[in-house]
Amino acid sequence: MSSKSTLSHLDWLEAEAIHIMREVAGQCSNPVLLFSGGKDSLCLLRIAEKAFRPGRFPFPLMHIDTGHNYQEVVNFRDQRASELGERLIVRSVEDSMQRGTVVLKTPDEPRNKHQSVTLLEAIEEFGFDCCIGGARRDEEKARAKERIMSFRDEFGQWDPKNQRPELWNLYNARSHKGENIRAFPISNWTEMDVWQYIERENLALPSIYFAHQRDVVMRNGAIFPVNVPLASGEVINQPKAGEQVINMQVRFRTVGDITCTAPVPSDADNVSKIVLETATTTITERGATRLDDQTSDASMEQRKKEGYF
Amino acid sequence: MRNDSLLRFMTCGSVDDGKSTLIGRLLYDTKTILADTLTQIEKTSKKRGMEAVDLSLLTDGLQAEREQGITIDVAYRYFSTGTRKYIIADAPGHEQYTRNMVTAASTANLAIILIDARKGVLTQTRRHSYLAHLVGIPHIVVAVNKMDLVDYDQATFDRIKSEYLQFATEIGLQRDGHDIQFLPLSALNGDMLVDRGENMNWYQGPTMLEILENAPAAHTEQDEAFRFPVQFVCRPHASDNPELHDFRGFMGRVESGEIAVGDRVTVLPNGLSSTVKSILLGDTVLNKAITEQSVTLLLQDEIDTSRGDMIVKSSEVPEPVKQIEAMVCWLSETALSPARTYVIRHTTRESKAKVGAIAYRVDVNSLEQQSVDTLNMNDIARISFKLAQPLMVDSYRQNRATGAFIIIDESTNNTVGAGMIV
Repeated sequence: MSSKSTLSHLDWLEAEAIHIMREVAGQCSNPVLLFSGGKDSLCLLRIAEKAFRPGRFPFPLMHIDTGHNYQEVVNFRDQRASELGERLIVRSVEDSMQRGTVVLKTPDEPRNKHQSVTLLEAIEEFGFDCCIGGARRDEEKARAKERIMSFRDEFGQWDPKNQRPELWNLYNARSHKGENIRAFPISNWTEMDVWQYIERENLALPSIYFAHQRDVVMRNGAIFPVNVPLASGEVINQPKAGEQVINMQVRFRTVGDITCTAPVPSDADNVSKIVLETATTTITERGATRLDDQTSDASMEQRKKEGYF
Repeated sequence: MRNDSLLRFMTCGSVDDGKSTLIGRLLYDTKTILADTLTQIEKTSKKRGMEAVDLSLLTDGLQAEREQGITIDVAYRYFSTGTRKYIIADAPGHEQYTRNMVTAASTANLAIILIDARKGVLTQTRRHSYLAHLVGIPHIVVAVNKMDLVDYDQATFDRIKSEYLQFATEIGLQRDGHDIQFLPLSALNGDMLVDRGENMNWYQGPTMLEILENAPAAHTEQDEAFRFPVQFVCRPHASDNPELHDFRGFMGRVESGEIAVGDRVTVLPNGLSSTVKSILLGDTVLNKAITEQSVTLLLQDEIDTSRGDMIVKSSEVPEPVKQIEAMVCWLSETALSPARTYVIRHTTRESKAKVGAIAYRVDVNSLEQQSVDTLNMNDIARISFKLAQPLMVDSYRQNRATGAFIIIDESTNNTVGAGMIV
């Protein structure tokens, strides 16, 4: 049995994430941190505070807004950025639609995958050489083989056959002009680690992560939120004819585009209850909640090849 | 969870040895696999004409891999037992994937080497063991799998064990202080994995999970020298808080050893000394920092320090060197060109490097030393380099963090080699 003192699992994960963020800051000339207001990116912000305070973050924050985000999350995003006193850049898929670079097949098509276009446009606009993201290897099998510093070519493409070997903690974040590195400081975290960290660090979260009453319908075997108001006043996710609207107590395990993120039934109204619920759940995070990943066995892999983070 | 509650380990073996089944079973028996994932692999099992659920599908790879019928890369998988969190590096086992094994081994503290009970110690067993040894994995678990196919025969297990021990002595595995454990296993039925089962009562040792739960999390039990490569310097002097005007924080990760407030330190390569004034983790003030902790150090005196420098204890200063000898694994499809200049990244420091001489290449199957002029992908060789900038190194055997480096090709920016300083 070890006599040497070692770090607890959360301390170890935190220390690794801080190290990765500082490597980005040390190796890249113009990085950006992708911040959606969601739980994973809130962990990233806490890690950035631990990595760089009392200095300012050596990167701005950026959100690629689909225009279909919950108001609670958008408000929370703005509030958190202003509390931290860090610069927040918002680029919108709707702007790409107006420019004609994003063309929807149908007006109510989920916009998650179109974020790639807007992200690549923003990378070009600002000349970012690295995007720090909150993706985790446990989320999906296309992520299980992802590098911590993942190389993308000029078209933002992820080529699983052409990734740099990554050994020890010697990260290679070099890129030529126009190329891009995606850095994932919490690669080795699981959903449970994220919740335990949120609990330990006492992090505030958007209210929709906690149990609340919401109008939903059952659609394709999942709970689907309906009649969701946007900041513009527009109400989206109308129930289809014949669907029965139920008012149900639910919470979101992941917050994403309103049109493709499903809540789960839950009475967990605080973080400790969510930790318990996460420990006993029988459904994976994406399985339960991301309707866009269910379209094909390889849909995440496909999106990543197209420049998705 | 208890305090040393994270263990990184790797599995060595091919699909034929039951590696995917072993991992699938570990994930399944520790209840890491949730219902929707199981439903999915049930569907896939049926689609592929199998009667029972094939747990090895849990480690099924990417579409790109399935199309080509190969495993491209190391996959990382996670499970937790409630007392410990585990990170598995799952590396494909074939000869042409030496680079993947080395990659997986570089962050592992324990390696499970799978042997098929029907086949015994094979060439690939030797290769896997040599690589685990080379990359300095302190704990080796030799799992004799598929015991169900040899009627759970103790004599078979004993024979394989003594065969392996003989070979381990040959390659110096035991001499160099690796801890080797043996266990009989049926990953398919789960015998000796999480549960003991009823079939091998002759085996009194720990199950696979018990071995994992009790393996030390620290890479070494020895006291190591304090090594703190500076990643980033924090100087918030522009802020409106006058207290921060003189703040100069040296940010980095304690790669080895420990440091406490009041310790005398030297900054390399300039060799200037000072005393640790305070240690910060975010806004928490610490008295000391331990191995693998990411912290900010403040020194008593103003010493010009930047990224790439290394802070060490003044009592254990390594000599900055401009020539190194190393065992190198070549990772790139483009062969090593001895005439070219490469970049070596060592801790947070980089230097241009030229190949001095290739002493020999090791045949990873026969372990023979061969004379060569260049290195191809998956080759392992002893090489010397001349460096443009001094590096603060230790031998890899003494210190994994300051003994390791990667080689970068500046024309592509690719990582083309991995080195371990002799």
